[in-house]
Amino acid sequence: MVREAIRWLLSSLVLLFVVTVLTFVLVAMAPGDAAKAILNARSGGYTPQQYQEMRRMLGLDQSLPVQYWHWLDHLLHGSMGTDLFNGQSVTQALGSRIGPSLSVIVATLVVSGLVGVALGIVSALRGGVLGRLVDVVSLGGLAIPNFWLALVLVELFAVRLAAFPATGYTPFGTDPVQWLRGLVLPVLTLSAGAVAFIAKQTRDAMSDVLSQEFVTMLRARGLSTRSVVLKHALRNAAIPVVTLLGLLLVSLLGGTVVVEDIFAIPGLGQQAMTASASHDLPMIEGVAFLFTVVVVVTNLVVDVSYRLLNPKVRAS
Amino acid sequence: MTAIITSPETVQETGPAAPAPGRPWRGLLRQPLGLLSAGYLLLLVVVAAAGTLLTPRDPEADDLAHTLSGPSGAHWLGTDRLGRDVFSRLMVGSRPTLLGVAEAVLVFVVLGVALGMVAGFAGGRTDRLIARLGDLVLAVPGIIALLMVLAVFPDNNAAAMIAFGLISSPSLLRVVRAVTMAVRNELYVKAARLSGLSTPAILRRHILPRLAGPVIVQVSLFAASAVLAETALSFLGLATPETQGPSWGNMVGEAASVISVDPWLLVPTGGMLVVTVLALGLLGDTVHDLTVGRARGSAVRPVRRPRPAVRTAVAVAAADVAAAVADGAPTEQGAAAPLLSVRGLTIAFPSPEGEVTVVRGVGFDVARGECVGIVGESGCGKTVTARSLVGLLPGGGRVVAGSVAFDGRDLADPAGREVARLRGSRIGLISQEPMSGLDPSFRVGSQLAEVVRRHHRLTRRQSRARALELLALVELPDPASVARSHPHELSGGMAQRVSIALALAGEPDLLIADEPTTALDVTVQAEILNLLRSLRVRTGMAVVLVTHDWGVLADLCERAVVMYAGEVVEQAPVSDLYHAPRHPYTLALLAANPHLAAVGQELPAIPGTVPPPSAWPAGCHFQPRCGYATEECGAGAIPLVTVAGGHQARCIHVDRLEAAR
Repeated sequence: MVREAIRWLLSSLVLLFVVTVLTFVLVAMAPGDAAKAILNARSGGYTPQQYQEMRRMLGLDQSLPVQYWHWLDHLLHGSMGTDLFNGQSVTQALGSRIGPSLSVIVATLVVSGLVGVALGIVSALRGGVLGRLVDVVSLGGLAIPNFWLALVLVELFAVRLAAFPATGYTPFGTDPVQWLRGLVLPVLTLSAGAVAFIAKQTRDAMSDVLSQEFVTMLRARGLSTRSVVLKHALRNAAIPVVTLLGLLLVSLLGGTVVVEDIFAIPGLGQQAMTASASHDLPMIEGVAFLFTVVVVVTNLVVDVSYRLLNPKVRAS
Repeated sequence: MTAIITSPETVQETGPAAPAPGRPWRGLLRQPLGLLSAGYLLLLVVVAAAGTLLTPRDPEADDLAHTLSGPSGAHWLGTDRLGRDVFSRLMVGSRPTLLGVAEAVLVFVVLGVALGMVAGFAGGRTDRLIARLGDLVLAVPGIIALLMVLAVFPDNNAAAMIAFGLISSPSLLRVVRAVTMAVRNELYVKAARLSGLSTPAILRRHILPRLAGPVIVQVSLFAASAVLAETALSFLGLATPETQGPSWGNMVGEAASVISVDPWLLVPTGGMLVVTVLALGLLGDTVHDLTVGRARGSAVRPVRRPRPAVRTAVAVAAADVAAAVADGAPTEQGAAAPLLSVRGLTIAFPSPEGEVTVVRGVGFDVARGECVGIVGESGCGKTVTARSLVGLLPGGGRVVAGSVAFDGRDLADPAGREVARLRGSRIGLISQEPMSGLDPSFRVGSQLAEVVRRHHRLTRRQSRARALELLALVELPDPASVARSHPHELSGGMAQRVSIALALAGEPDLLIADEPTTALDVTVQAEILNLLRSLRVRTGMAVVLVTHDWGVLADLCERAVVMYAGEVVEQAPVSDLYHAPRHPYTLALLAANPHLAAVGQELPAIPGTVPPPSAWPAGCHFQPRCGYATEECGAGAIPLVTVAGGHQARCIHVDRLEAAR
């Protein structure tokens, strides 16, 4: 157990190191730099002297390893630097943007998890027409581009029916009802593909488990179909499905970029896009670091629940 | 099963889930949807390659008099806000998308296949290194990587898509590695290596062909996600912006900007995307189905049974079945009504060629407390008969005729409600594979307590106590520790004891034991047999024991039913069967029995094999393998005749057999 924990910690640190270093290198390679971007934004032009001055101020005149070392040093002291453009602390900026992104991601996971698993179970049991329907729906769900679906949903539900707001985000603390209404369309957008994905995988996992000998024997012992399916088969089918939920969460990080752009939600995805467009290195590093932490933690949660669900792994 | 490995081809035919090389292409021709998808994608490639050569109009020609016109004869899919022809623009716009997808797929395939094959073939340290590297790349948040790459190479579609291929390649790597490892470890590949075939030759001849199917599946699914990624980036204005000409992604973006004026524009642009991704998905699914095959029907899925009318019609239609049904009954069974009475039991399974009858006209009785054995070679229908008694036929099998009466109730009723009520409470089942009969995810104690509670009104605490009693009843030395164990922590013998305890939880009157000792070690076999014998004495339950072991039979059973190729060929008290078999098959089985063979003598085997149900000969099923066979044996259905008290045989040569003895 301790060995496993150490291994996880080590591999997580390696991943964080690789991602942050690569981000540094890539940002440094990018044409143009933050000094130019800031000076252009402030006054529309600059002298070489101003430029050098700005570079020195931002620490861009130092070599890359030194820059990285400074960043790392700050990080270990709990700071991720400041936004190059407005001087806001990166930690604070990201902190204010976690809420919206997390709301979208968690709501999508819950919706697609529940609906997808339910659809998957029903189609594994019924087969026939319903099974084919799940096939069609899941193919369709995966085939519809989320950015396109978002536009259609906005046109139908926000513009025509005016049932939900087309853009914006209301924090839960401000108004829970508005918060929920604002989430409906983004979550629906991301859930279409996710439900399809989860339903198909659950169906396959359930079909696989249901054809196993122990299911026949459970029935031979007189257990109800309800217990056989919902307790025993589902518990065994959950093992692959949990892994998929983890994969889904990671892929939703990408989905938020699209959804936050279309629905004007001030989340991490939007921040990632603006920061990478403006060479705002501390902010980019912050987003990359945060996303990688999400991946690492997700992998840990998946791994732990995998162990909890699968006694064979737990033992070894 | 009997085929000896002669060439790679035979191995691939018999191996489970072994895709045949080269098959996907031929199979594809028979799948209309897959073929349609492949055709559409091919057309798309031609259109993208041709560029403006094929477009009906100039995709860049403005027509400010006809902006946002909607579909018309002149503009099939309408015009955009500058009056440009949407259809032509979609044709030209396929190019950046397809080019981007091609770049991504190239990187994906080269990295995935090469590294996967190296990892799978080399194994050891190389394998671990590559696997770690793959895990690392997979863990990088993809969207960050794409944003970074696009920051370094602004508006560069190729760079972004190459990066996309790179970060996705570990998923293909894993698949390729798994297939390569599986193939490498197969006997014929090992043999080829030993006989000196070089590594490149093995890779080319044995591994690459097997990879074709899985790789095509992965590539088409990846291509679908690449289409979505490319168009999303273009939609967001990060790659292929409008200034670089039309692309599917930026056309959706344009449509979005005029959505309130002309929602129609969303239809052709989005539709194009959906159709393309769908085609790739369908292509992948089709190849997947052709190479891996679909999972078979599940055990819980309710099998649609024909109405009772059909059931009788089937029974009447088959003349020889009817003959078998008529005489499927054993003779005098004493005055008391038997506990179980099987008559004319006929079971069929679905197959691509229609329903195949695998058990025909089986009949026997089991008295209260009696132990009846069912013997025969593998493939004679013993297990299917046993499973049908509890209404749990696998894979869509069904009882098409006959009756199973248990204590006066008909268990063969097509709705299966009666038998469901008796399962576990009055009829117990133990199976051949004790380990796979237990739910791997739950502790033994909780599985047992659940079954106890199902059949008795007990509190949780009481049912847990009862579970421990049951574990003690099956003579497990430390019931408490077994109860805390998960199935994988048990030995085969312990698992079989647990599954016997599970079968006894409802205190059944009848236990069906399907080869309960076959999978166990010889010493454990004897222990389990002793346990079954003592349990019979203690509980007074009747037992139906399926076995191919004469020793087990003699040990436990009073009477035996001999089955051959789906039929009862002989039934008699066990001692009569041993000393005076009246069917040539029984005689041959006994002769082949190692328990009875004389030391130093070659063990006689029955020539030939049991014919599959589709190849049953007319008349006597055993005649092709029978030393007594004459022309009459194939003339028509052979009736089961009573040769002595309680002794029946399905043979017209019973007298010759008697004389030869």
